[in-house]
Amino acid sequence: MAEIILKNITKEYENGFQAVKNIDLEIKDNEFVILVGPSGCGKSTTLRMIAGLEDISDGDLYLDGKRINDVSPQDRDIAMVFQNYALYPHMTVYQNIAYSLKIKKVPKDEIDRRVKEVAASLGLTDLLDRRPGQLSGGQKQRVAMGRAIIRHPKAFLMDEPLSNLDAKLRGQMRVEIADLYQRLNTTFIYVTHDQTEAMTLGTKIVVMKDGEIQQIDSPTNLFNYPVNKFVAGFIGTPTMNFFDAECLEENGELYLKTADGKIVLTPEKQQKLREGNWVGKKVTGGIRPEHVRICSEEETAFKGNVSVFELLGSNAIIYVQCGEERIVINTDETAQQEHGKELFLNVKEEKLHIFDPESERTITN
Amino acid sequence: MAKPKRKYKRRYDNTATVLLFILPALIPLIVFWIYPILRTIWLSFTNWDYISPTYKIVGLKNYLSLLRNPRFYEALGHTVVFTAGTLFPSIILGLILALLLVKNFRGSGILKFILFSPWITPTVAISIVWSWIFKVDGGIANTILTALNMSPLKWINSSDTAMMSVIIVTVWKSLGYCMIFYLSALERVPGELYEAGALDGAYGWRQFVDITLPSISPTTFFLMIITMVNSLQAYDQIQVLTQGGPSGSTRTLLYMYYQLGFNEFNMGQATAVAVVMILLTVGLSVIQFKVSEKWVYY
Repeated sequence: MAEIILKNITKEYENGFQAVKNIDLEIKDNEFVILVGPSGCGKSTTLRMIAGLEDISDGDLYLDGKRINDVSPQDRDIAMVFQNYALYPHMTVYQNIAYSLKIKKVPKDEIDRRVKEVAASLGLTDLLDRRPGQLSGGQKQRVAMGRAIIRHPKAFLMDEPLSNLDAKLRGQMRVEIADLYQRLNTTFIYVTHDQTEAMTLGTKIVVMKDGEIQQIDSPTNLFNYPVNKFVAGFIGTPTMNFFDAECLEENGELYLKTADGKIVLTPEKQQKLREGNWVGKKVTGGIRPEHVRICSEEETAFKGNVSVFELLGSNAIIYVQCGEERIVINTDETAQQEHGKELFLNVKEEKLHIFDPESERTITN
Repeated sequence: MAKPKRKYKRRYDNTATVLLFILPALIPLIVFWIYPILRTIWLSFTNWDYISPTYKIVGLKNYLSLLRNPRFYEALGHTVVFTAGTLFPSIILGLILALLLVKNFRGSGILKFILFSPWITPTVAISIVWSWIFKVDGGIANTILTALNMSPLKWINSSDTAMMSVIIVTVWKSLGYCMIFYLSALERVPGELYEAGALDGAYGWRQFVDITLPSISPTTFFLMIITMVNSLQAYDQIQVLTQGGPSGSTRTLLYMYYQLGFNEFNMGQATAVAVVMILLTVGLSVIQFKVSEKWVYY
């Protein structure tokens, strides 16, 4: 149970490199916050500053209203699960889980009771006498979580906890973490570069790039209303298609002129474009692969040839080469598309995103 | 019938090829190691005097007279004292140095090299220098003691302090060696373990005992075996500094072997001492390996 507030937090290293630049973030009690972004975006550094493993160069960090910039890690009452588990290799599973309580000089019988309780809840009861070297990746991950849970911390920090697991196990552990969150009912802060993890686990997602926060929002909003081209491209697989277009007017209606045709715009989007003074200017269009539709030649916005067809079972991904641009389609039409076949494409207008080509900020959301 | 023959031929060819490849290693091993050991064991059952071309087989007589010889027990005791006296200080001080030098600072590279240099200097040269340091009149050691208002010692000239002196030289020589191994071991301890420890509340001494020491235990084990074997084989420094004296106070088993064989021309008994030493080395190593299962974590 904790409320964590980051105010103007900056992390600057001795060589002058700024890993985190002046970020503000409010994490409410019981939230599952995901810090997501490409490598080097500062997400892990942010997490480590919250844990107390990195000094904060500038700004304030509050835990339940108390400034904790200078509080040592063990006194912050925060538990962390590391990417490489960081289990003590010379201790058994039991000793690993019990270690923090042992240091706090908790009575032995209470330690024993709590360790057994935690082990049972994580399915580790039969492994208590083993050393980490004798465990599989998934089991190690569970021990690492057990070590965090036993302290009843105010918040859980997780630094890419699933990145060392294979795809199947990753899916399994994701469900376990979601389940754990429901059971523990406490604040989780989770770092990942995997947007599937971000979208499925988080109640609030913080997208970061180059040490700056790009957007803080719910998974749905992030997907539907990205604030800029980076967020739009980062969230969603396959990634969003971007294309150059020009905003033009014909008979009082605005439309986007594309390489091979035009895209009709909804009245709301037209209004936003007018308000932003975009008529007659170049813009960047964005459309998710699932919102591209195959159409007739008269209707076409993009014309191209199938370069790759991937059947994924219930849906298929089609890569269409349209001149220099490549448009990706995610469709539930799973009939095989021949290589080289000519396709005419347009978009579902209501799902179209339009960005400022210079600032890359959204115009229409 | 032809088939098995070909199979046999192929297997024969295979063995020949393998032999051909390991021969360069095998020949020196046999000539300089296996044959001398077997020959030593054989000689320990004879009364060979190192000079005569002939000798008689005397069975276990050499061993029995060793067991009745108080000099043997004295040397065994000295060996134990010398081994323990070099083993633990070398490892502990080596670790302390490594802990001090693991974080790089200006000049730490040169300091590491200086501390390591005794290891690559011939023991004979080191021992000669130390024999000057240990000079009763005007030696550096006593000059320092006097400056510190302490009474000067007789060092290698007294049976009370000679063993300590030889131990000091040996520890000084092997310190840097232990330090280098510990430095690389300390650098290999994953930083995440310390971070996990910090969150659990393990700092300072607790961190050292619960995280650092177990993480470097394989290196400690390796150094214990190597330093032990080196101590059992120590000869140069004893020869240069004390020649086993004064009054046998620095006579270890190896030095006793040397004196028996090459001063007293009693090669039969000398080789019996050597065989005892082999058994001692193997025995101690086996014990260490067994015990290590309890405290070494890979």
